[in-house]
Amino acid sequence: MAKATSRPSTTRRRSGRTEDGASAPSRRRHHATIAGLDAGTLLTMYRQMLLIRRFEEHAAEAYSQAKIGGFLHLYIGEEAVAVGALHGARPDDHLITHYRDHGYALVRGCEPGAVMAELFGRATGVVGGRGGSMHLADASKHFWGGHAIVGGHIPVAVGLALAQQKKQTGLVVVDVFGDGATAIGMFHEAMNMAMIWRAPVVFLCENNLYGMGATLVEQSPVARLVERARGYNMPAAQADGMDPVDMRRVMHEATEHARRGEGPFFVEALTYRFRGHSMADPEMYRTREEVREWRAKDPIPAFAKRLVDAGVAGEEELQRLDAEVEEQVLAAVRFADESPPPDPATVFDKIYAAPLEKRP
Amino acid sequence: MTVEISYREALHQALAEEMRRDGDVLLLGEDITGYGGSYAVTKGLYEEFGLDRVMETPIAEAGIVATAIGLSMGGLRPVAELMTVNFALLALDQIVNNAAKFHYMFNGQWSVPIVVRTVSGFGQLAATHSQTFEGWFASVPGLKVVMPATPADAKGMLKTAIRDPDPVIFIEHSLLYSRRGPVPEGDDHTVPIGEAAVVREGSDVTLVAYSRMAVEALAAAEELSHDGIECEVVDLRTLRPLDLDTVAASVARTHRAVACGEDWRTGGFGASLAAEIQERCFDVLDAPVARVAMADVPLPYARNLERMLIPSAHSVTQAVRSLFDTGGRS
Repeated sequence: MAKATSRPSTTRRRSGRTEDGASAPSRRRHHATIAGLDAGTLLTMYRQMLLIRRFEEHAAEAYSQAKIGGFLHLYIGEEAVAVGALHGARPDDHLITHYRDHGYALVRGCEPGAVMAELFGRATGVVGGRGGSMHLADASKHFWGGHAIVGGHIPVAVGLALAQQKKQTGLVVVDVFGDGATAIGMFHEAMNMAMIWRAPVVFLCENNLYGMGATLVEQSPVARLVERARGYNMPAAQADGMDPVDMRRVMHEATEHARRGEGPFFVEALTYRFRGHSMADPEMYRTREEVREWRAKDPIPAFAKRLVDAGVAGEEELQRLDAEVEEQVLAAVRFADESPPPDPATVFDKIYAAPLEKRP
Repeated sequence: MTVEISYREALHQALAEEMRRDGDVLLLGEDITGYGGSYAVTKGLYEEFGLDRVMETPIAEAGIVATAIGLSMGGLRPVAELMTVNFALLALDQIVNNAAKFHYMFNGQWSVPIVVRTVSGFGQLAATHSQTFEGWFASVPGLKVVMPATPADAKGMLKTAIRDPDPVIFIEHSLLYSRRGPVPEGDDHTVPIGEAAVVREGSDVTLVAYSRMAVEALAAAEELSHDGIECEVVDLRTLRPLDLDTVAASVARTHRAVACGEDWRTGGFGASLAAEIQERCFDVLDAPVARVAMADVPLPYARNLERMLIPSAHSVTQAVRSLFDTGGRS
């Protein structure tokens, strides 16, 4: 993943100072761990969470300046889910998601500039300006989109997982959707078929308590969505979606279960979106108190505190990381702003892989 | 050399040959293994290729097409069977929003090489089981829509569809399965998608048809010939992409056209076809384009009512005669 390549520069600087003999705490940090994860991995996770947060903040700003059209669904508050989930899987495991997909694209290693350019509808976007915010994808990174018909992609993941089984690739599919999608028929068809065929797929349900503006109680007779898996005899677990380390742990167990050929696994990530469903959402359906309570559990400062407490990093280092990320996102916005729109001459291109032009 | 086989056997041979040729080709659908397929097209295939390549599915049309899409993204060449086109409505989201969109919307990063085999037709099955929706499918950019009329085209076009990199909606007809016809021998017979065929030459009127209506149009042409009206019959074979050049060339010779189909008159494929012919051929037409279509009614069960409504050779002859009654060329 491309993010992994940006991390070692920090490591190099640290180890450089260590060689000078100037920084004893750096040596200590090198050995610090949380839940068995090394400092490098933990800092990568933290940096990715920050990247999502800053990216989304700048996307919101660009949206308010009408540089982004259509819908914009922000991932602010849910960063730990994507980051932890993808660290629990292998970097080449297949990924298919719902339309709240910026975080997944960034963690998978899509260039922030190309993601922002897609939001701006530019030719340099990850899908050339044809998909927009809801349809990011990079097949070379096994990221198969970004899907905006609620539930429509859930059973596609089952087919993709069966292909892994038949081709014996050793890879699994991470299939991400929201709590609202568990009410639609395709969720049922997918869960049922995946279990019948023991498909190597992990169903990752991001339970942020609202399907657009409808509460979970209004949409589901069970409050704990993991219970839905029982009807399919499918193993399931809840994970703390505000904690990347817990997310990583549960998703690692789930993906390895699938990888061993033991079939699908259902994970419910308990999380909360701090912003509205989309930028158009006036948020009349929830109280300010509730939002304030959840904001107090903001996964980024909480994780920062853990990193500092465990001696993984100092506060200054985390601040420097934040400044780096801010710079990276500003560069992404500049890149998007300066990129050309798609060439009108290409509008009919690629409707088909083989267009079957009539022979003269 | 040709052999005389049924439309059903032709389809069966196409599947078996393509599965032998390419280990990535696999089938999935309801009752396609032990049961043999509801129209017996897949009969015996699971014995030869095993349950890994002939996959029995639960009753879940959306799930079946979605699974096929996912399999294709993973490098396989799935052929999904939907028992009838009526049930394909349950998979419409997968067909229209996923299969037809991925290549364009994700900027050509991957294509969706699936075939969705399904069946239209009648037989006293009442309103929900007697429909045909080719006009809907053919209106969607990103899909290819094939409706063969003969055993030779059924075999050759199914083989081409399986090898095609795009999603192909392949609509068979329940009343054609037992019809026999000559098919070239050997396993290299293919027929291109996107090319219509002039299956009968004539100078007075062009009957544009496909699937069962191509058979009915030929029967009508035979009858009209006794009365001195010579019909040219164009079998479209593919509805999208539409081979309008072949149609227009024929109409330029005959100066009259009848668009023949089984779907509803309002918004059906024939409506679009007639509009295309009218626009493209206005200067050479001696009469408005006539149409044979299903009346706008949910098809009833009772035999007499059903027979009254289903488009047939008789409906075609009536339409042709109306063209000559309302003012001929001379």
